[in-house]
Amino acid sequence: MTTQTRTQTRTGIRTTTGIQPVSAARRAKDRLVQALVYLAFALAVIPLLSVLWLVVKNGIGRFDLEFLTHSMRNIGARDAGGGAYHAIIGTLEQVLLASLIAVPIGLLTAIYLVEYGEGGRLSRIISFFVDVMTGVPSVVSGLFILAFWILVLGMPFSGFAGALALSILMMPVVVRSAEEMLRLVPRELREASYALGVPKWRTIVKVVLPTAFTGIVTGVMLAVARVAGETAPLLLTVFITDSINNNPFDGPQMGLPLYVFDQAGRPTDTAINRAWTGALTLILIVMLLNLVARLITWWRSPARRR
Amino acid sequence: MAKQIEVAGLDAYYGSHKAIEGISMTIEPRSVTAFIGPSGCGKSTFLRTLNRMHEVIPGARVVGKVRLEDQDLYGADVDPVSVRRTIGMVFQRPNPFPTMSIFDNVAAGLRLNGRYSRSELEGIVEESLKGANLWNEVKDRLNKPGAGLSGGQQQRLCIARAIAVRPQVLLMDEPCSALDPISTLAIEDLISQLKQDYTIVIVTHNMQQAARVSDKTAFFNLAAQGQPGKLVEMDDTSKIFTNPAEKATEDYITGRFG
Repeated sequence: MTTQTRTQTRTGIRTTTGIQPVSAARRAKDRLVQALVYLAFALAVIPLLSVLWLVVKNGIGRFDLEFLTHSMRNIGARDAGGGAYHAIIGTLEQVLLASLIAVPIGLLTAIYLVEYGEGGRLSRIISFFVDVMTGVPSVVSGLFILAFWILVLGMPFSGFAGALALSILMMPVVVRSAEEMLRLVPRELREASYALGVPKWRTIVKVVLPTAFTGIVTGVMLAVARVAGETAPLLLTVFITDSINNNPFDGPQMGLPLYVFDQAGRPTDTAINRAWTGALTLILIVMLLNLVARLITWWRSPARRR
Repeated sequence: MAKQIEVAGLDAYYGSHKAIEGISMTIEPRSVTAFIGPSGCGKSTFLRTLNRMHEVIPGARVVGKVRLEDQDLYGADVDPVSVRRTIGMVFQRPNPFPTMSIFDNVAAGLRLNGRYSRSELEGIVEESLKGANLWNEVKDRLNKPGAGLSGGQQQRLCIARAIAVRPQVLLMDEPCSALDPISTLAIEDLISQLKQDYTIVIVTHNMQQAARVSDKTAFFNLAAQGQPGKLVEMDDTSKIFTNPAEKATEDYITGRFG
């Protein structure tokens, strides 16, 4: 360059290269946006932490062995004691049954959409209805099972009916998350497998699914966490009971969300306290399930062997 | 083991777009055939038609004949899966299976296709890794993940994986383009060894590489962007690089275009 000039920057530093220091205006903007981001983070976390804090503070008092091992049979609203054993059993059975229905169907749907649908008419229709199902209010799925399973087919109120309602809510979540995870599996891996003379279905089972396994488990856990706290569909399908009912296929059961709903509606401190403890138990169960899922994915991950 | 490939009047399409047109050639057994040509001229597409990997892409199809010895690979009753078992492939980017160990990666093609005892597998894995010049580097960590190896080692792992199923032909789609010169040299040495037993076809952008490793070279070109790619000429590598019959070939290898 023949006409090289010295550049006078706004901050007064002379340079020959034309490269300037960060201007004060940009510095200020940077600070502002940073502050906004922190503020948004705080706004998101504060309600979460305060909910957790409230539940723990109010629930810890009754979180004892009796609560975990006894039902509410013959215990009135004013009586102290009593527990949520029947509700814990109910929730575990209902969520397990719902997962057994929703996870295979959801996973197979996702596999169809990613591996076989190829953007065709059918796969677009399925995608559309999965989106619609995502938006179905939980009470509607309960009403549907009530109308169809209990009123039309004449089946009794049962944990299984509740599981059916929950599985309707789980399915779209499982499909969407599994679909995302399967799409993340690089095309090269499938091609590498095809090039070894491996049929498509074995490629999916042995290469694609294991690669996406961690993400799929996370998605399933999100779906489980979502339905474990549902109250409305259970109210319409599982009904409410104060007794232990281990058989999810016959007769009313209880669930932790129902238990919380039921106890919180009673006008005495002992009942309200039981409701708090029920909520705490529910949170702990979901956390525990998440922990187990984390352990499974950690145990399966290649990083462990490195 | 090695077999001859004969291609006659082959066109390949992606949907309605014709990617390559009218390609005919004979690929000799126990030799290395290199495909060169500018980007987008259809050499990779052509390579993928040779083991029916082309049709894996939605909407892709092939017209014409590819024969392995006397068998038409595109015959009505031919199973593409068994074609790919017979004609193996190594890709541009090393792609070991991330969830599998080194051992499992090499054994993958066998395990996913049939039942083998542990000792049979161990024998084949060792033999394949030795065949890919990787055995000495990995023999003490066969149960570590394949993704933990360096790029060049990963590519040799992929070659070991491909030869473990004992194919008759090995297709290589720019196997060195993601590797450093030393790893490239290792792969090239390996190719010269492998040609004792296999028919090898290699796509490369590196003219020196084509000159170094191949016996025959085929030059592909396309008339204009959007036109289908065609085979310009194919001959002994020494002839292509010293005295090509076509002007376009000479222009390309002397660096006048492309």
